[in-house]
Amino acid sequence: MTPIKTLLAGTAMTLIAGGAAADGQLSVYHWFEYIPQELLEKFTAETGIAVTMDTYDSNEGMLASLKAGRLGSYDVAVPGDYMVEIMAGEGLLDTIAEGELSNFGNIEAQWVDVAFDPGRQHSIPYQWGSTSFSVNRDVYSGDIATTDIIFNPPAELAGKINVLDSQGEVMALASLHLGIPQCSNDRDQLRALDALLQEAKGNWASFGSDIAKDVLVSGDAAAGMIYNGFSAKGREEGANIEYAFPRQGYVVWMDNVVLLKDAPNRDSAIAFMDFLLEPENIAAVTNYAQYAAGVNGVGEFLDPALATMPENNPGADAGPGAFIAVCDEATQRVYDQIWTRLRS
Amino acid sequence: MAAGTGNGRTISGTFAAVRGWLLLPSWLTIGFFLLIPVLLMLVYSFLTKEFRGGVIWEFSLSAYDQFLFDRGLFGDDPPRIEWTYITIFGRSIAQAGGATLFCLLIGFPTAFFIATRSSHTKVIWLFLITIPYWVNLLIRTVSMKFLIRDNGPLNEGLLWLGILDDPVKLINTNFAVQLGLFYSYLPFMVLPIYASVERYNFVLSEAASDLYAPKWVILRRIIIPAVSPGIIAGCILVFVPSLGAFLAPDLLGGAKTFMIGSLIEEQFKGNAGNWPFGAAASMILLSLVLIVLTFYARAQSRDQV
Repeated sequence: MTPIKTLLAGTAMTLIAGGAAADGQLSVYHWFEYIPQELLEKFTAETGIAVTMDTYDSNEGMLASLKAGRLGSYDVAVPGDYMVEIMAGEGLLDTIAEGELSNFGNIEAQWVDVAFDPGRQHSIPYQWGSTSFSVNRDVYSGDIATTDIIFNPPAELAGKINVLDSQGEVMALASLHLGIPQCSNDRDQLRALDALLQEAKGNWASFGSDIAKDVLVSGDAAAGMIYNGFSAKGREEGANIEYAFPRQGYVVWMDNVVLLKDAPNRDSAIAFMDFLLEPENIAAVTNYAQYAAGVNGVGEFLDPALATMPENNPGADAGPGAFIAVCDEATQRVYDQIWTRLRS
Repeated sequence: MAAGTGNGRTISGTFAAVRGWLLLPSWLTIGFFLLIPVLLMLVYSFLTKEFRGGVIWEFSLSAYDQFLFDRGLFGDDPPRIEWTYITIFGRSIAQAGGATLFCLLIGFPTAFFIATRSSHTKVIWLFLITIPYWVNLLIRTVSMKFLIRDNGPLNEGLLWLGILDDPVKLINTNFAVQLGLFYSYLPFMVLPIYASVERYNFVLSEAASDLYAPKWVILRRIIIPAVSPGIIAGCILVFVPSLGAFLAPDLLGGAKTFMIGSLIEEQFKGNAGNWPFGAAASMILLSLVLIVLTFYARAQSRDQV
């Protein structure tokens, strides 16, 4: 970008953010390609609140942007499980008072008291799903229920693999592959993790999260780490790809709508959260993104195909699903070091 | 303005009273939008990294230490020279240098061709050069990606023509990054050279020719020295932005190997969240660019003598 363009873009963003601070506005910071535009329009039609949305493509990118001064310009964001815990720890989240959400009771029992946000003080469930990888079946027809596909790939797939540009997911899947605990502080295990990634990198073609589906559909990649619903969308776009549930295990995640600290339109944010706890509304997100909601009573609004979708049904021999763990500072420093070495 | 020109003062003398103020808007803009951010960056590069992004306001050299010294995975090995970042800088300089060379090889003849057309066809050629640049760089880079992918039109076409038996691997290679940089910055080479060649007096070439100078000697000894300010300006305009580019490495190179731009971006936006290190890398990049520009300024002032 030329400096002029950067300057213009910056000015435009300031103007938009300034506009969003008025009454009857809601400023959403959201993952890319996730929420259907019609649902936002429905919210505006029902409440008269105009919605502006910016998107991000990684939890870490969202955190960085908020810490770099964007806090106070957004009302709600949609961090993944571990990131809710981190953001709460960083003091970036506002507390939702008891009884403030009239639809709080709609949350499924298993998602009310979660480890990353005990008692749901800052967040409500949005969607949950899994992360592993998908393989183009035209290219490789062998066994894909193993993390070897990414970390020790067969010859057909070597050099044609896309990996998510997300430290948390890559480290978690690599730890499952090695059979070591996440955030291990054992030096031999950390060295093994580093060695594994250094070696596997030679077989990888690209890093990218927002491109994860497109590279599989276009054929740029023959295998790639991906979220389950995103893979389902790729399959529907015509790619002959199969989503794997590896025997070593896979990553489970839940995205959550959080109330940000210093939200310029706190009331609108609460209204939006209540709106998303209505089964019919959150089901619209599920039907679009093809993950799963954490709200009671969505069943009747869901596309029946979702229930039988292969991306939502781990086979009998699938390994356990694991949430991404939040590492302590010392281990995180080593993780950062490993990640930089991986990308250099 | 009432002074007019009738009293013998030069045109510039007319504005003598306000001349000092004419640069004020530029100084304010540069001061506010350039100097202050750069100074902030300088300060941040000497601060302590906060866990998960941000800074602690304590003086620290650890960002520069991280750039120069490798202390192992766990940070407690005896320090060795850190090659990681030197490699990234070396790779970026090589890519930017390559892009500059290719731009020069294609841009010089193009500029020469345009400058020697009749005055109204010149306008058309210049117009044609700028047309692709009405489209945003991001969109042009993504389009390039579509063109060169394994089963994209370029490969399909070459396969269909029977020139290739297997698709040639372009996407996610250093060559693709090179192509992207070269393509993005080509007009920045053509336009300054064109401006120089336009001012070049071809009588000089004719005179040399009359004195039996061979064509290549005319080019080397007369034309190139005469248009060298345009060539140098073009090289700088291509080299400097290429050095910090991150769109092409990200989209065409698969983001697999960092260049300087993506390394810095990662420190602020990505997983690493290490602002002081990002600031330090930016300062080192800035110093490199300043060195290049100093050489240019020296070369320029030598020409004037």
